[in-house]
Amino acid sequence: MMNLLEIIEESFGTLTLNKTRTGLAILGIVIGIGSVIALMSLGQASQKSITERIESLGSNMLTIMPGSMTQGVVRGEAGGRTTLTLDDAKAIASSDQITTIKSVSPEVSSRRQVTTASSNTNTTIQGVVPQYTSVHKVEIASGNFVTQRDVDSMTKVAVLGPTTVTDLFGENAEAVGKTIRISGQVYTVIGVTAAKGGTGFNNADDAVYVPISTAQKLLLGQNYVNSIALEAQSADMMVEAQDQVGYFLLSRHKLSDPSQADFSIMSQQDMINTISSATQTFTTLLSGIAAISLLVGGIGIMNIMLVTVTERTREIGLRKALGARKKTIVTQFLTESVILTFTGGVVGIVFGVATSFVISKVTSSGFVISISSIFLAFIVSAAIGILFGWYPAKRASDLEPIVALRYE
Amino acid sequence: MPSSAIISVKNISKIYRVTDVETLALKNVSFQVNRGEFIAIMGPSGSGKSTLMHILGALDIPSSGQYLLDGMDVSKLSDDQLADIRNQKIGFIFQAFNLLPRTSALKNVCLPMAYAGISKAQRLSSAIELLTRVGLSDRMYHTSNQLSGGQQQRVAIARSLSLNPTIILADEPTGNIATAQAEEIMAIFQKLNSEGHTVIMITHEQDIADHARRILFIRDGKLESDHPVSKRRFSKLKV
Repeated sequence: MMNLLEIIEESFGTLTLNKTRTGLAILGIVIGIGSVIALMSLGQASQKSITERIESLGSNMLTIMPGSMTQGVVRGEAGGRTTLTLDDAKAIASSDQITTIKSVSPEVSSRRQVTTASSNTNTTIQGVVPQYTSVHKVEIASGNFVTQRDVDSMTKVAVLGPTTVTDLFGENAEAVGKTIRISGQVYTVIGVTAAKGGTGFNNADDAVYVPISTAQKLLLGQNYVNSIALEAQSADMMVEAQDQVGYFLLSRHKLSDPSQADFSIMSQQDMINTISSATQTFTTLLSGIAAISLLVGGIGIMNIMLVTVTERTREIGLRKALGARKKTIVTQFLTESVILTFTGGVVGIVFGVATSFVISKVTSSGFVISISSIFLAFIVSAAIGILFGWYPAKRASDLEPIVALRYE
Repeated sequence: MPSSAIISVKNISKIYRVTDVETLALKNVSFQVNRGEFIAIMGPSGSGKSTLMHILGALDIPSSGQYLLDGMDVSKLSDDQLADIRNQKIGFIFQAFNLLPRTSALKNVCLPMAYAGISKAQRLSSAIELLTRVGLSDRMYHTSNQLSGGQQQRVAIARSLSLNPTIILADEPTGNIATAQAEEIMAIFQKLNSEGHTVIMITHEQDIADHARRILFIRDGKLESDHPVSKRRFSKLKV
């Protein structure tokens, strides 16, 4: 009997002898494993970056939105979302019944064209109160934010986000003290906020903040507010705060049944949940694609192993004719499959991780690698590779040597 | 049974079943081979001589009848025992050489010895000696596809000799090679026979068969005649 070490040596010899066949088998495994890892990490990275972005908006934050609650009876919205007013915000801030809220920030927003003498941009105009900075964790890079006096006296001042500064005045330009025009009205820039690093939806860096009174009266001509952001005393008071504010507003709006509420209160967690359920769908989709590519990869591995071993039935017959025992042959083919799948597996993991890394660089999203996806991809591919390397070899070694030798 | 009989075949039949059609390849064949004989099996194609050879080489099993090899009933042996017999008692030479493709002559000759569990160093020195004996000392590292038919068959002979088997079975050893090279192969066989190996070969050429001492003629799966060679030829080549 041949010992195991010699069988392994023999296996390596056979694999290096047929470089094309070996290369193709390894390629099949690499693609199978690599694509699954890349796809799964892509899904997880996008979910993570969305969650992080929401969390950066403020962790103790509640948002009151006008209109019906998302759950409950469907209500018509005739007249638009006009149910929240500045007075609601003032009442919440001054009420004795509400003990869990630290600051209240009523907000209006709309997109407007903003111009300077040389440049212009279309950006979000946010009507704000001084509490906005505390609720939304906004820092001031230079100058000052909107003060209570600005709100009271409806001054025409503006605080710009850093992206807006770049758009209007150029990179690293000093904006404080300059003037801009919003809908033809002249505003003096009094401050610039620090970058928060957002992109896309709800970008805090691309905005113009003006006093809420100015925005309502001079720019938008509306007496309602678009939302009221609240900062709870602490993260564990969120549920209590949601209840207190909810019942307070119901009674203020003279509504007895919570299902008839003309507003909804969303916590940061609710927002994460809502958006997570959307990204979950996306991740499920990607996982589905990953599962299909794992299946396709698996079938590819199966095919190449089946073809390889079937093609080698004659060789198996010859080896048996020369005195190889069944076990020796099966061990040799099993060893070859293990070498193939492990080589392919390691290269596939490197390939998958590298691909995810490149994608994360190109899309400047997070780089997440889940160990479980690596394990899953590797184990499935290895199992398929070994099974379909072993089984046909076993079958061929069961034949009479002359039958295997004559195999076409 | 006389002690000198190394092969004893009694009433062997072989039936091939392809879908519903049964083909009787061998019908009740019986004969004995003594130690040290040189036998040629002749017969037209399809006569069943190859089937007989495969049964003698333990590459195939008879449908009925008894085959005693060195006193052992081959039909009662396990798969592993058969493998060991093919490995150590029988040296089989195929018409199509059947070398491992893209593999050096040396490695091909080493293979049966590897299966026998012989150490690597011992394998290599034996293989070098055997290849030198068949006149291929300058071709040892050539792969099988770099060798001519005659050279490949000599590698196959060296391989069949690697574990010094008592019996050498050759299935049309000269069928796929040029006449001049066939003469060399016969010279080797006669030399091996004179050294005490029992040689059985299949051929359909009378002048190749005349190198043997005894000729079995098979037709339609039956043993038609069994007679000694009257005018034996001796290869003039020196090996």
